[in-house]
Amino acid sequence: MDLSMIRKDFPILKESINGKPLVYLDSAATSQKPRQVIDAMKTYYETSNANVHRGVHTLGSRATDAYEAARSNVAKFINAKRDEQIVFTRGTTESLNMVAHGYARPRLKPGDEIIITPMEHHSNLIPWQQVAKATGATLTYLPLQTDGTIELGDVEKAITARTKIVAMVHVSNVLGTINPIGEIAKIAHRHGAILVVDGAQSVPHMPVDVQALDCDFLAFSGHKMMGPTGIGVLYGKREVLEQMEPIHFGGEMIEVVELYESTFKEVPYRFEGGTPIIAGAVGLSAAIDYLKEIGLSAIHERDVALTSYAYDRLREMEEIEVYGPAGERGALVTFNLRGVHPHDLSTALDAEGVAIRAGHHCAQPLMRWLKQSATARVSFYVYNTEQDIDVLMSALTMAKEFFSHAIG
Amino acid sequence: MQLDELYRQVIMDHYMHPRNKGSMEGDVISIDLKNPTCGDEITLQLQVKDGVVEDVRFSGTGCSISMASASMMTEAVKGKSLPEALALSTEFRKLMKGQEVDEDLLGDLESLGGVSKFPARIKCATLSWNALERSASSLAE
Repeated sequence: MDLSMIRKDFPILKESINGKPLVYLDSAATSQKPRQVIDAMKTYYETSNANVHRGVHTLGSRATDAYEAARSNVAKFINAKRDEQIVFTRGTTESLNMVAHGYARPRLKPGDEIIITPMEHHSNLIPWQQVAKATGATLTYLPLQTDGTIELGDVEKAITARTKIVAMVHVSNVLGTINPIGEIAKIAHRHGAILVVDGAQSVPHMPVDVQALDCDFLAFSGHKMMGPTGIGVLYGKREVLEQMEPIHFGGEMIEVVELYESTFKEVPYRFEGGTPIIAGAVGLSAAIDYLKEIGLSAIHERDVALTSYAYDRLREMEEIEVYGPAGERGALVTFNLRGVHPHDLSTALDAEGVAIRAGHHCAQPLMRWLKQSATARVSFYVYNTEQDIDVLMSALTMAKEFFSHAIG
Repeated sequence: MQLDELYRQVIMDHYMHPRNKGSMEGDVISIDLKNPTCGDEITLQLQVKDGVVEDVRFSGTGCSISMASASMMTEAVKGKSLPEALALSTEFRKLMKGQEVDEDLLGDLESLGGVSKFPARIKCATLSWNALERSASSLAE
């Protein structure tokens, strides 16, 4: 894999920020987009734009073909059995809300249990709080080990016949923890529960095979995997998708509309009310082609190399505290520089062209678990280099000196 | 863009040695405010007598800009009438937008003017002022 060639595909990496070359270390928030994705969307708008699944004209067919080809490409990418198991959504948040409100809410009863973890992003936490409130079901949290991992023994203990839903992040957006989804699916299924997986940080970075993982639902976003914002995916097993109710009603999702009753299209179309995100799906499909061209295993290897390099370099600095497991982790490292609030740190790094994330990372319960009000996070993708991390480290040293002088 | 345009010495002094930090008992109005996008929190307490801010305290967590701004705000409004304090808040918001301001009115607060060049940080500097305005409007009810 020729890295310099990859970087050339990302026009934004040539940007200067405050007079310094951009060092983009915030891909876990959103990835940058290669020219191939931007061009695919432009070409779609210039040659094929029309509404899908309704017009009889030629452009309508082109748009429909492009949209359905994208669905098929997504299905193959995660090894879904059939294209119909892919529902296009606005992103992970909408996908998870669809499961919570369309699948869980109509069938959970008081006494039923939903199990999640303290490391969930708010998008896989608040929908379950809402479902628990609406149905009387109990929301239970698995315990975390001190390094931010989950013990399978605790999962065995927690999941019982009362458990109907287990919802869990695949790769934590703060700790970087990689959860053993395949093992947890086995335990959940043994007790008759379904497993809902937030794949927002895993699908962009490693081979994810839904049949091998055996999860019942998988949610992820296009914009974190080099695709555009506004498009996401909900994968579901055939039987759970058939049981799920639509949450968006209107055009595009109906079969017959009477005055007081309507029937809905088959899965997945009944979940895609309104004009779908056609150009977004085209962009996502181009992103998948791009990722496959490099190879997901190669991307994962590159992530591991960059992340362990960053982890080691950050640990070298005495004033830095690093959070999350020491071993295998996703493509990010969360930390704090002692005595410097992460917002101040982020402003100081930005002055050197280095973009990082600072704040609670949409995971307030996890911040409380870490006993931090906020943290700094660097995250990587295949277009990052070891040199980016070297620039980060010298910017960190400058920031440390600036603030120790300023508050001296 | 220079970091020391933002982190002026007087700001860092207020950050390291906050004035009016803590809480007070008695007949006070207390407002909790959070900045949900970044997790900064502030509790502002005002003791108002005959329309004058007789005493003020703040507590909370946040970055140097939000905490220093809170400290400077409490110093600036202490002893002022509520309309004077609110006029100061209006002037401070002009400063945040990079607009022309009455320097005599703002005094030390003007050192936070650099924040206007860092759009992402304006909400840090205005958190305590939002709490002040919230307190004033709840007093008016």
